[in-house]
Amino acid sequence: MAMQNLSNRRGWGFWLQLGFTLLVCALLTVPMVMSMLAGLTANYFVGLKSGLTLRWVDEVLRVYSGTILLSLQIAFACLASTLLLGVPAAYALARRPGRFARLVEEMLMMPVAIPGLATALALIVTYGGVGDLRSSWLFILIGHVLFTLPFMVRAVLAVMGSIDLTTLEEGAASLGAGFPRRFFTVVLPNCRSGILAGSLMVLTLSVGEFNLTWLLHTPLTKTLPVGLADSYASLRIEIGSAYTLVFFLMIVPSLILMQGLAKRGRPSV
Amino acid sequence: MPDSVMQNSFHLDAVPIRLERCGKTFAGGARALEPLDLTIRGGETIVFLGPSGCGKTTTLRIIAGLESPDAGGRVLFGEEDVTALPIERRNVGMVFQSYALFPNMTVTENVAYGLKVRKIARADRARRVEEMLDLMHLGEFAGRRIDQLSGGQRQRVALARALVVRPRVLLLDEPLTALDAKLRDSLRLEIDRLLRGLGITAVYVTHDQGEAMALGDRIVVMAKGRVAQVGTPREIYYQPADGFVADFIGTMNRLGGVSRGGTLSIGSATLPWTGPDGRVELLVRPEDLALAGEADGHLDGTVAAAVFLGDRTRLVVEPADGPALTVDAAGRSELGRGDRVWLRVDPARLLAVP
Ligand SMILES: Nc1ncnc2c1ncn2[C@@H]1O[C@H](COP(=O)(O)OP(=O)(O)O)[C@@H](O)[C@H]1O
Ligand SMILES: [Mg+2]
Repeated sequence: MAMQNLSNRRGWGFWLQLGFTLLVCALLTVPMVMSMLAGLTANYFVGLKSGLTLRWVDEVLRVYSGTILLSLQIAFACLASTLLLGVPAAYALARRPGRFARLVEEMLMMPVAIPGLATALALIVTYGGVGDLRSSWLFILIGHVLFTLPFMVRAVLAVMGSIDLTTLEEGAASLGAGFPRRFFTVVLPNCRSGILAGSLMVLTLSVGEFNLTWLLHTPLTKTLPVGLADSYASLRIEIGSAYTLVFFLMIVPSLILMQGLAKRGRPSV
Repeated sequence: MPDSVMQNSFHLDAVPIRLERCGKTFAGGARALEPLDLTIRGGETIVFLGPSGCGKTTTLRIIAGLESPDAGGRVLFGEEDVTALPIERRNVGMVFQSYALFPNMTVTENVAYGLKVRKIARADRARRVEEMLDLMHLGEFAGRRIDQLSGGQRQRVALARALVVRPRVLLLDEPLTALDAKLRDSLRLEIDRLLRGLGITAVYVTHDQGEAMALGDRIVVMAKGRVAQVGTPREIYYQPADGFVADFIGTMNRLGGVSRGGTLSIGSATLPWTGPDGRVELLVRPEDLALAGEADGHLDGTVAAAVFLGDRTRLVVEPADGPALTVDAAGRSELGRGDRVWLRVDPARLLAVP
């Protein structure tokens, strides 16, 4: 009866939409769940009947720990670089509201629009011959910084645009605070939510980056996604799947944090 | 308000301010302020009053050190030339229309900020913050975040934050404009008591003539980047320098008259008058026009509107020729729309304005 009322009130359009949404969700999640389950089954071709095991995960951690550590190393180095470059850049753009600043803002978005492969090729052509850079993990880092910097700038700029930064700083200056003190005690703390959102974005993007990294890596500088591609191509499906599971466990916490931040919204001023 | 506290530890130095040829032209060529000379006495509260866009904020920001005057302009605090000093080295207190409180800090932390910058020891700092919060009746809000305060409370925190560092000058830019009317009145009284008690030199910007009259020792009336008049509230009210000032402050009536050989003709009346012969434009306040009988009245007209205000009834009277006049009648007056009335003019109260 209640059900009858509800469906009458909502109409058939609602149920059609709901069904469609669930279908899309299933399309997205079922393969991922299957893949991760595969990483836990003793034998994928026999199926779940063969029993669950952590053997593959264990093997991945043993064989691929190098790629996992390198990915984390690059991600955090990338975060540090984008913080050092991106926050001051966002601040400069926020404080100078002119046509030039808007132009720079647009240009910062360019690397996002250009395919990663093209950026990587350009990097190799330009810097590939500089010293030992080509074989160093720093080469991948440069690519990742180029790719993630705009996300950091955008996230911080969004928060800076939503508070009256100029007046806050003038208030601090009237109390005797010089520029460095104003920046660290007033500007940065009030942009914290944007910096946090940008940081999580950068970490997530860097850990998962494949396009650029695939071209920039060498056998000695393999990151997790590159290793993952290799393992799918050459090893047992269970190992590739266990690898995916590990990858997922690394990235999901930061995704959840990001969602939480977005929900909490901007700080009220 | 605890007077002993204010007199003992919070009496501040009274530094005079001098502006010499301070003009301001913004990038793009817009002239916001014509070169201005002004001396503000130590301990005086001076109010910049004028319509929006007339250059009040620009002048205040030049005093604060947030804008620099065009070449040739100088700002002096006492004997010290501070023109080249940025705001953080001028030791001024500033209160903004939008509060500019730090949302990342509590009330206490906001008020303590300037003391921390000045490296005041922790114990001394805590004592001074507490004293200041008590003075501004903010004690119970000490631990609150800024977004947990009302507008009036925020502006009191802003005042406390500006004053606790004992600035040489207190600068306030439309501090009450963002508040609702009732709060505005009570906070204005509080600011008035505070400024008198502290003895600090204060510059107050507003577009509200009521605020200016209530707070200012002197008022600087500004129009289009120029000073129209500087004077006490009484001078500004009773001897406006020109038609703009007269119209901007309070209500002013305009009368047309003809001066000839020591007499002035207004309507049917002839009054004694000294001044050159010819047509004159005269200004008169509503309270200087009186209702009279047909026999002793100078002007007659018809009541176009009557607004009962309790203590008085404000009448708009339309004379046979010339613009409508505003006159106050007794509150109990029964006069209404369409009634014929006669008005008397005291020639001593008439102002001839260029
Ligand atoms: N930073 C600025 N750049 C250009 N023009 C400005 C700037 N600040 C103010 N002005 C202009 O200067 C004039 C005076 O402004 P302001 O001093 O803020 O007026 P008020 O405070 O009396 O309303 C206005 O015409 C305003 O548009
Ligand atoms: Mg203003």
